[in-house]
Amino acid sequence: MFRLLFEKTDDAVYLSHLDLMRIFQRAFRRADILIWHSQGFSPRAYVSIALPLSVGVSSRCEILDFEIEDGSADLQALPERLNRTLPKGVRVLHAYESAVKVKHLAYLKASVTLEYDAGIPSGAVAAITSLFAGESVRIVKHGKKGEQEVDLRPLIRELTLCPVSEQELCITAIVSAQNPGLNPQLLVQAIEAYLPSFRADFARIERLEIFDEAMEVFR
Amino acid sequence: MTDQIHRILQHVQKPARYVGGEYNQIVKPRQEQDVRVAFCFPDTYEIGMSNIGMRILYGVMNGMDGVWCERVFAPWGDMEEQMRSHALPLWALESHDPVKDFDMIAFTIGYEMCYSNILNMLDLAGVPLLSSERTELQPIVFGGGICTVNPEPLADFFDFFSLGEGEESTVEILNCYRNAKKQGLDKQAFLRELSHVPGVYVPSLYTHTYHSDGTIAAITPAEGAPALVQKRIVDDLDHAYYPTKGIVPSTEIVHDRSNLELFRGCIRGCRFCQAGFCYRPIRSKSPEVLVRQAMESLEDSGNSEITLASLSTSDYRGLPELTDRLLDYCEPRKINLSLPSLRADNFSRELMLKVQKVRKSGLTFAPEAGTQRLRDAINKNVTEEEILSTCATAFSGGWNNVKLYFMLGLPTETDEDVIGIARLAEKIHHVWRETASNRKRGLSINLATAYFVPKPFTPFQWEAQITPQEYLRRVHLLQENLHLKCVDYRYHESNLSELEAVMARGDRRIGKVLLEAHRLGCRLDGWDEYFRYDLWQEAFRRADVDPAFYTTRGFADDEILPWQTIGVGVSIGFFRREREKAYRNETTPDCRTQCSACGAKCLSAGGVCDV
Ligand code: SF4
Repeated sequence: MFRLLFEKTDDAVYLSHLDLMRIFQRAFRRADILIWHSQGFSPRAYVSIALPLSVGVSSRCEILDFEIEDGSADLQALPERLNRTLPKGVRVLHAYESAVKVKHLAYLKASVTLEYDAGIPSGAVAAITSLFAGESVRIVKHGKKGEQEVDLRPLIRELTLCPVSEQELCITAIVSAQNPGLNPQLLVQAIEAYLPSFRADFARIERLEIFDEAMEVFR
Repeated sequence: MTDQIHRILQHVQKPARYVGGEYNQIVKPRQEQDVRVAFCFPDTYEIGMSNIGMRILYGVMNGMDGVWCERVFAPWGDMEEQMRSHALPLWALESHDPVKDFDMIAFTIGYEMCYSNILNMLDLAGVPLLSSERTELQPIVFGGGICTVNPEPLADFFDFFSLGEGEESTVEILNCYRNAKKQGLDKQAFLRELSHVPGVYVPSLYTHTYHSDGTIAAITPAEGAPALVQKRIVDDLDHAYYPTKGIVPSTEIVHDRSNLELFRGCIRGCRFCQAGFCYRPIRSKSPEVLVRQAMESLEDSGNSEITLASLSTSDYRGLPELTDRLLDYCEPRKINLSLPSLRADNFSRELMLKVQKVRKSGLTFAPEAGTQRLRDAINKNVTEEEILSTCATAFSGGWNNVKLYFMLGLPTETDEDVIGIARLAEKIHHVWRETASNRKRGLSINLATAYFVPKPFTPFQWEAQITPQEYLRRVHLLQENLHLKCVDYRYHESNLSELEAVMARGDRRIGKVLLEAHRLGCRLDGWDEYFRYDLWQEAFRRADVDPAFYTTRGFADDEILPWQTIGVGVSIGFFRREREKAYRNETTPDCRTQCSACGAKCLSAGGVCDV
């Protein structure tokens, strides 16, 4: 199986998971690489992107798996060839063969930068730190399956907090990636629910790295 | 810190359509440009990016040194709300610069129901709506596209219109603007200058006066403006610019595929069809050029589908050669070739089977009328036998769904014609029972009727539209006569078609209605979730305009028509003859069989049509 490691930053954060698949399907065609097609009524080029990112979130470590119709490709040259025609903000860093299945992707590291237009309110660091250091952080999640109560605490492996400017407070967290995973957006939601006075004017989120069960970098 | 634009984008549906950044978008250094054009499509990104005309002109304008043309689309309602509540003016996708700072703001106007979006976009941009309120040379607002064959309802808002095909005239227009800017001309002087560029119509140079009964008394040009502005055409399509390295949207759009334009104009002359007459004379591209353009655009875009776009694809002479060569290229690459608007008559079994190899798409017919008598009257040269035998071929080849399109309210239509639609569906069902290769899958017939809208520059341009009540009576009559379970019948809303009819044949007094409608909040009228007929009715009341004057009244034969200043090449005498023939249920042969001297060939350099 072939794998791409790519970034999704800048205005590309607004692309949906589906958009991204279509973008890569086209980019492969432009690079004259015929991807293996699913069979059936309307054959589709098969590409698979692990752990769909929420719209609006940027990432330095996205993974895309694909198969090639005739089985070979110049992997060395591939990133450059794809990057020439990818939209702004989508950039392939590495193309390689991998035998590691996506199910071993266990943890991810993300930053959540809380923006306070009027400056970081005093007491925020202490209050937020103690919120996530507690026994449990239960919130109501609105998802496709309706409302559901989840406890974020067991899904957080590590969490640190530090101001990066007068107005920005950055949470860096290592959280469970899947089955179940924790969407870093929920950390923001927890602050809004438990600490409404420390609610940020805006929060920007970035996925920084992915790891396997043994906390080795996943590739 | 994140800026306001990026903060609001977190809260809207499909934010990708507001940021640009797609592969092949054109970005130029700001400081080095003489003319910056904000090219607006008055509907959503998904619709606008599917429009070939916009793609062509985007390439043409950006092909000019010192000109940077960027795209602007209408925001969806949620985005508009965010923009208004954060006081963010409409921006262009490439630079994210506010539209109000551009030199020129261009609109491509393809259908009447987008008029309210034009006003709304100008308003969102913070640009005064009325041409008379914009006194400077910057920004100049202009428009082009099929609706500008009768631009009068929009006359108050636009500084000028560019009529016909823009590949060449747009370059002349932008150069004229560039000179005006260099010479420091004022807006008035620039527009006077521009009115001498062929194909340019400056509405403010014409005065419309009215009789007491509301009909037009006179249209008077001033300051040397031409009494008739003839539309522009491109003579040699093989050498005309065609975008093969176009923008590839990052997010899904309506027609997500490459397009190939086989020819312009139409040899058929269906009497209700505005496009059929307005895009004349007939000019084709050679198969060599088309195959080259197809390969270039597929290679560059990475698209997995290509479609042959023209008014009537099967009338393209080189179709067998073209499809053979395209399929040779497409099949090994798993690219789907789609052929819309094939006619029943020369829809050969061979071609159908060939295309089927790549992918099965539905079978579509637009007989438009239910009986041969009415089809003759509207000059829709398709016979029942042709439809049924094409269906037989398709059913035996394993197809099992048919789409049928009709119009209700065509001139001379009787109840018998309406019931004829149901009869035709029954006959198709009968053919299916006899020929289907696999009857287990069942047949499905999707039948749709539209409410006929008489359009300028057709033989029916003078006709009265039937009343909405009469339209609905005919809809129910058809429903009562449809007994088959396999038929799924849908009909168009009468309100929208009524409004479309007003806009299509409206005069300058409609400008006031548009202004009122905009103030009342009308926009995105082409979308069910936004169309508010009640608000439009209120707008007509406030503007003191009776819509019936433009719809059910009909125009007298000797009346001055609002669009009389515009020429599309086809003569009014031809339209009169065709109207008379319609009343006699007489057909007119297609242009390949015999030229009917419509007048359009005078527009082409050689004075001939390439039939
Ligand atoms: S000039 Fe003759 S051939 Fe050309 S479009 Fe008119 S009728 Fe057809």
